[in-house]
Amino acid sequence: METMTRRKLLAAAGVTTAVAGTTSVFAQEPTPASTHHYNFKAISPRELIQKRHLPNVELITQDGKKVRFYDDLVKDRRVVIQFMFARCEEVCPVITHHLAEVQKMLKGRVGRDIFFYSITLSPEEDTPRDLKAFARMHGADWTFLTGKPDDILHLRKSLGFFYNNPKEDADRNNHSGMILVGTEPLTRWAMCQGGANPDWIATVIRTEADAPLQGSVNGITQADPAVHLNEPLNRAAPAVHVHRE
Amino acid sequence: MANRRDVQQALNNRLELVKAGFTRRDLIKMGLMTGAGVLIPKVGLTHAFGASLHDSSGCDLGNSPQPAQVFVDPMPIPPELPARPLTDPGLTFGAPPQICPNNAPNPNNGNLPFEGRGQFNGLLVQGSDCFQFFNSYPPQKYFVERIRANPNFRITSDTNIPAQLIWGFNLGGTVATDVGTFPGPTIVSHYQEPWLIRRFNELPTQSQNGGFGVPEMSTHLHNFHSAPESDGGPCRWFFRGQYFDYYFTAQQAGFASTHQPNGDINESLSTMWYHDHRIDHTAENTYKGLEGFHLIFNQFDTGNEATGFHLPTYPTYDIPIILNDKLLDPSTGKICFDTFNFKGLLGDVQLANGIVQPFLNVNKRRYRFRVLNGGPSRFYELFLTDPLSPSTVIPFWVIANDGNLLPTPLQVTSFRIGVAERYDIIIDFNQVKSLIGSHTAVRLENRLEQDDGQGPKCNIFAGGDPYGKYCVEFRIGASVADGSVDPASHPVFYQLPAVVAPRITRNFEFDRSNGQWVINDRFANCNELRFTVTQNSAENWVLINPRSDWQHPIHIHLEEHQILSRINNSGRYSSRDSRFSSRGDCPFGGGGAGISTTRAGVPNVEVSRKDVTQLQFDENATLFFRFRDFQGDWPMHCHNTVHEDHAMMLLFQVQPNVIDNNQNP
Repeated sequence: METMTRRKLLAAAGVTTAVAGTTSVFAQEPTPASTHHYNFKAISPRELIQKRHLPNVELITQDGKKVRFYDDLVKDRRVVIQFMFARCEEVCPVITHHLAEVQKMLKGRVGRDIFFYSITLSPEEDTPRDLKAFARMHGADWTFLTGKPDDILHLRKSLGFFYNNPKEDADRNNHSGMILVGTEPLTRWAMCQGGANPDWIATVIRTEADAPLQGSVNGITQADPAVHLNEPLNRAAPAVHVHRE
Repeated sequence: MANRRDVQQALNNRLELVKAGFTRRDLIKMGLMTGAGVLIPKVGLTHAFGASLHDSSGCDLGNSPQPAQVFVDPMPIPPELPARPLTDPGLTFGAPPQICPNNAPNPNNGNLPFEGRGQFNGLLVQGSDCFQFFNSYPPQKYFVERIRANPNFRITSDTNIPAQLIWGFNLGGTVATDVGTFPGPTIVSHYQEPWLIRRFNELPTQSQNGGFGVPEMSTHLHNFHSAPESDGGPCRWFFRGQYFDYYFTAQQAGFASTHQPNGDINESLSTMWYHDHRIDHTAENTYKGLEGFHLIFNQFDTGNEATGFHLPTYPTYDIPIILNDKLLDPSTGKICFDTFNFKGLLGDVQLANGIVQPFLNVNKRRYRFRVLNGGPSRFYELFLTDPLSPSTVIPFWVIANDGNLLPTPLQVTSFRIGVAERYDIIIDFNQVKSLIGSHTAVRLENRLEQDDGQGPKCNIFAGGDPYGKYCVEFRIGASVADGSVDPASHPVFYQLPAVVAPRITRNFEFDRSNGQWVINDRFANCNELRFTVTQNSAENWVLINPRSDWQHPIHIHLEEHQILSRINNSGRYSSRDSRFSSRGDCPFGGGGAGISTTRAGVPNVEVSRKDVTQLQFDENATLFFRFRDFQGDWPMHCHNTVHEDHAMMLLFQVQPNVIDNNQNP
């Protein structure tokens, strides 16, 4: 903004008189009651998350199909979301390889009641065809997405994949290691780390999906958000003792 | 109070300025932040986080609706959790407490085991997690807590701010009116009186979480010398409808090794707390309200000023205070938590014992306050401030760090407290009154500048600065009898346990990688025990922060440590890069009590036993440990709970007769 004097500022802001009562409260305290005009709304937490973090931007799949991020990909679903770019040589191939392993470990659930999405960080250069080739090369049998650069940027930041420092934020490798795991209808979101052991990534995804369905209090259990898919969820198999040498 | 018209004018001015988009810097430059500074509360214009995304409608610093007035509500003091007989319905449910978990299926709970103990990351591990030393030190005292939602919790008497949905620990009863509270009930126990607490998970379903929180529980007793099965670590969480028995030997460290049979008196703890520790979800679950105090007394720290060390009598003159900074959603007025923020969360609504900026009536005598930073991410530098004369210097005494009595009290003018740290302080309100003359109140004030979850700035504000934050007001009343020890008489408490030569020195670098946090380049993983410590050996751990723009409060379970040195490592690590913003070199100066002459860079108030060490910018902190008595696995992690949930954690194990010489595990 242009340099302004105090007088100009006051004028611009419409300030005309003294700004404070002499014996007033300190600034570490809020303003007194008579000044409050809150109009709180009865908006659900799920809606708030949708509004702030799950923008309904238009994306294009590796098959060239147009989809809406919220309406078509996330709403009512369990999702696993990750960013990559096709020419990435450092982090992404490892992460994608890990996710392909994870897909096998999840035994057919991917695309059925858990949906994987890989979104490009380079929408300027990654065409659907590039993404398709990348997916095929890594044995990745899930949805890859590109879109308008502004939309992708908005989506990335809405999902929390950003650094405050612009130089760090500009490094695409800083956004390609995280895996967002969410169950949208249950307002449950978690993060796991693409660089972790695939066995652990699969464990986190499976646990995020299944743990909330277990247990009941006063006979009330969590309804399965994927029940319309008409296939019972398998409880995770008993684990071997983890205190192995 | 200002008259109504002045106040209205001030608000209008503020709204106009906000609308006009002026920044804090602009305002300071214009001289609009001088004087009383009433014009613009700090929270209005200091937002610097995720700037391009920020708008005034988000769950974000600067957006919280504030109650109309503060210092109008009394600070609540959490009730004490009652002990229960073994005939209590909570303790007979399923089966009475027993050495090995009650893994019998509960037909009323989808055949999940009655008890969650014995599960590891949600999966039953048959034959695991029987209590160690249960028969040697059988429990003498039993408690029950039920973890419940409470949709009617108020953080202020101002009805403009709606009732909040919290999750909390109740008093153990079955009746619906025994709701979860924040903070949870204070648990009081005594050394050499082993106790057991049974916790029930009675939370509502996931979809009823109000936007954040997962209903899978693991309750950690922060800093007791506990076996893994009772420690409440990150991977031992249990489901709705299950219970979990936590058993504690009530012996000081060394009880089965160096100091049989009751442990080393110099390892006595006093101020602990309990909180949820569910892996990947600790920040949101503790933010939801799952935090409470646990105090333990012994023959010296008795809770009675007529005996032992003569510390102020509990509970009248010995009062726990948990500080939390929260965000309220500007759309709904409800406590909000951004599960898409991975950097750390700062709030702009300051709570003490669950109430926004409360007051506490005190008498003109000495009090012991047990101050806990309940998180999630903020660091505080706490002073006592006379709001009518903010430049008056008001000294007080630190007697314990992380709940461990120092060898002798230290006089300070402030203390720095990171998430999960505790400082026990003595304030003598008789002396305070003599410093503030006709004034009648002082406030605990945070003067540390911090604008984001990465860590504090180096700046300490002047007293009463509009960018500081008052936390609690102490209103000083009449003189009453005071039988407590005068810290100025230099009473002697415990000695520091001897530091011996370590068997091995290990290095741990805490850094950021690919948007997450790592220890030695690796992430948290329940299924990976990184290294093995030889039981009953001593080790030195060097905690390394290679960054000039992040700080981390590092917590290690099982045994306490002593900080041997804090060394600036500037330039030694590759990840220190001049392209990245540097916040400079601003170590905690010790709050007026000085830096140790024998331990390099260590403030005298940290020449103590610790369970959390703040890792400052570009710093190597060397810690000394013993690993005694128990076997099994425990975590080390960052206690900025957001960093913790994004993988800045490892598991180590302690086993006899295993030699693991990995120096960079």
